[in-house]
Amino acid sequence: MKSLAELQAIKEKMKNKVVLREGGEEIRVVVGMATCGIAAGARPVLNELVEQVEKLGLSGKVMVSQTGCIGICQYEPVVEVFEAGKDKVTYVKMTAEKAVRVAEEHLKDGKVVSEYTIANYQA
Amino acid sequence: MIRAQVLICGGTGCTSSGSNDIQHAFKEHIEANGLSEEVKIVQTGCFGLCALGPVVIIYPDGTFYSRVTTDDVKEIVEEHLLKGRVVERLVYNDTGSEEVVGNVSLEDTAFYKSQNRVVLRNCGVIDPENIEEYIAMDGYAALGKVLTEMTPEDVIKVVTDSGLRGRGGGGFPTGRKWALCAPNKAPQKYVVCNADEGDPGAFMDRSVLEGDPHSVIEAMAIAGYAIGATQGYVYVRAEYPIAVKRLQKAIDQAREYGLLGKDIFGSGFDFDMHIRLGAGAFVCGEETALMTSIEGNRGEPRPRPPYPAVKGLYASPTVENNVETFANIPQIILRGAEWFASMGTERSKGTKVFALGGKIKHTGLVEIPMGTTLRKIIEEIGGGIPNGKKFKAAQTGGPSGGCIPASLIDVEVDYDNLTAMGCMMGSGGLIVMDEDNCMVDMAKFFLEFTVDESCGKCTPCRVGTKRLLELLNKITDGKGTIEDLDRLEELCQYIKQNSLCGLGQTAPNPVLATLKFFRDEYEAHVVDKKCPAGVCKNLLTFTIDKDKCIGCGMCAKNCPVNAITRTDYIAPNHKLASFEINGNKCIKCGACMANCKFKAISKQ
Repeated sequence: MKSLAELQAIKEKMKNKVVLREGGEEIRVVVGMATCGIAAGARPVLNELVEQVEKLGLSGKVMVSQTGCIGICQYEPVVEVFEAGKDKVTYVKMTAEKAVRVAEEHLKDGKVVSEYTIANYQA
Repeated sequence: MIRAQVLICGGTGCTSSGSNDIQHAFKEHIEANGLSEEVKIVQTGCFGLCALGPVVIIYPDGTFYSRVTTDDVKEIVEEHLLKGRVVERLVYNDTGSEEVVGNVSLEDTAFYKSQNRVVLRNCGVIDPENIEEYIAMDGYAALGKVLTEMTPEDVIKVVTDSGLRGRGGGGFPTGRKWALCAPNKAPQKYVVCNADEGDPGAFMDRSVLEGDPHSVIEAMAIAGYAIGATQGYVYVRAEYPIAVKRLQKAIDQAREYGLLGKDIFGSGFDFDMHIRLGAGAFVCGEETALMTSIEGNRGEPRPRPPYPAVKGLYASPTVENNVETFANIPQIILRGAEWFASMGTERSKGTKVFALGGKIKHTGLVEIPMGTTLRKIIEEIGGGIPNGKKFKAAQTGGPSGGCIPASLIDVEVDYDNLTAMGCMMGSGGLIVMDEDNCMVDMAKFFLEFTVDESCGKCTPCRVGTKRLLELLNKITDGKGTIEDLDRLEELCQYIKQNSLCGLGQTAPNPVLATLKFFRDEYEAHVVDKKCPAGVCKNLLTFTIDKDKCIGCGMCAKNCPVNAITRTDYIAPNHKLASFEINGNKCIKCGACMANCKFKAISKQ
């Protein structure tokens, strides 16, 4: 190791990998991964979300996790976004492509993608 | 892309309860479910809650599974990792209720909430065999800062101002130790890390070496820079195979990354280090004996002065610190002396790691700010005494320390308070005793240890401790007299004042402390010939209550010396004749009592 810059580079590279264990994120994204969710294709959605969060540099801010059946199996895959002080947002019938948009617009910029939300489908 | 991580404890405690097999099982099931790309398995150091091992934590949600078996792994993988459903029956729950009330994360438990993890901050969080994970947690940043921005004097000043005192037991201010060594001119100086953790029941240093070995390496390099040493030794006992393996791996990695070796960070500073294995003699934890042992000689202490700062290892100026002391250094450098000094009490700064053992629910490792009350440690963090028993005393400092009786449970634990009551912080072993422990027997246990471990170089220790033990044996055999108690005290004082090294000077402490706080128990042994706690065998008699005995014969069947026979007496309401114990034959093993389902046998 010849310089502090080198050390800093390793730190940056590894930061995203251990940050999973640190806690303290502001936003929690939960993907329904019960039998219904998996059958409807929740796995690619979950993986896409994890990937986007890292790509957009949101690792310290957003935690992506999974949960069981939320109870609206006909709308699976379901993704819910929890943010302190804000109402919960429920996205339904998600796909990997939709997940990219949710990550970019909602998780990064804070704008809810209302056309994917449950309100839009029930109306 | 990794979305979840499975952290499996690879500390010695969990390894011996089978965490390696669990790790293999996880690998198997994760592969079988096609999750290898998404889920990463990390073997970490000790989480601290050894009583509940093997421990598995799943991130990002931080679910804390305790007492996991290989049979549970399939369920965890298929339910939690695949479907996101927490396996509630395995979640550690300290609320005592059946229902899990969102209390699934480690950080939410009472055991962790009151802790302040500085030394153990990476233990159970990072993979100790991966230097990059340590670097991600600000690892080696302190060394970088020291080498590029600070002079050796600056470093010593920060350490001095922080108020850090030696965590090995004595509590000597670390900054002053370094300052004494720094000005001494010599062609070669040394930094030595004392990892010869010998107190029975203490395993703080082992956990640090197993869980975060790089923090010690980094700190030793910093110490080397501060005092002008280029060579370091870690003296660790061979009984710690996992710690030795991980430390060696860490040293190799640090060399590979250029964090040990020549011209570190381009500053012109060289530092390298080696491991020396100890054969497990207790006296080698004493600093001069340790250095003698590194030199390849028999581990015997040397008279001081000259102090190691002037003439230590290979007759060169040497600084020797304990593992836990070193583990504090990088954080002090990064976060500043004021930050460290803001924790703790007036003269004892920072935190202290304790190994909780004995009669306590959560045996394991805890790190708390200095000045935390004993009550909080035992009742809140430790979860209290199991089986509804009453707290009697806590033994600190192992064979060199004393005990804190129940009446002083509200004492704030720091160096000076413990010393004032004839106790000692020691390296941090904390053994909790309840009403079933005999204090004379406890003193005897530690003295047996020091008699075994005395190196034999000086007479007060070699002969004196042996005589002390004989006196204690006399008392527990019921042959003691009240004069023996005074003789005991006198001999203790003599050994304390005349022994060559710390081992002998502190060996009588367990006896003195118990004599001070539990003299009534000693008196019960010598005057009434009774052991109030029912421990000292030669003072016990077992009797069968003939009216409670239903004559089932379980006692007689289990008696190893055939001391129990049937009588002619048949109690009212019972069909068979009762049994009795022949006191002359009885060896007081207690097998009869343990096997009697009708509580008809008592001892006193």
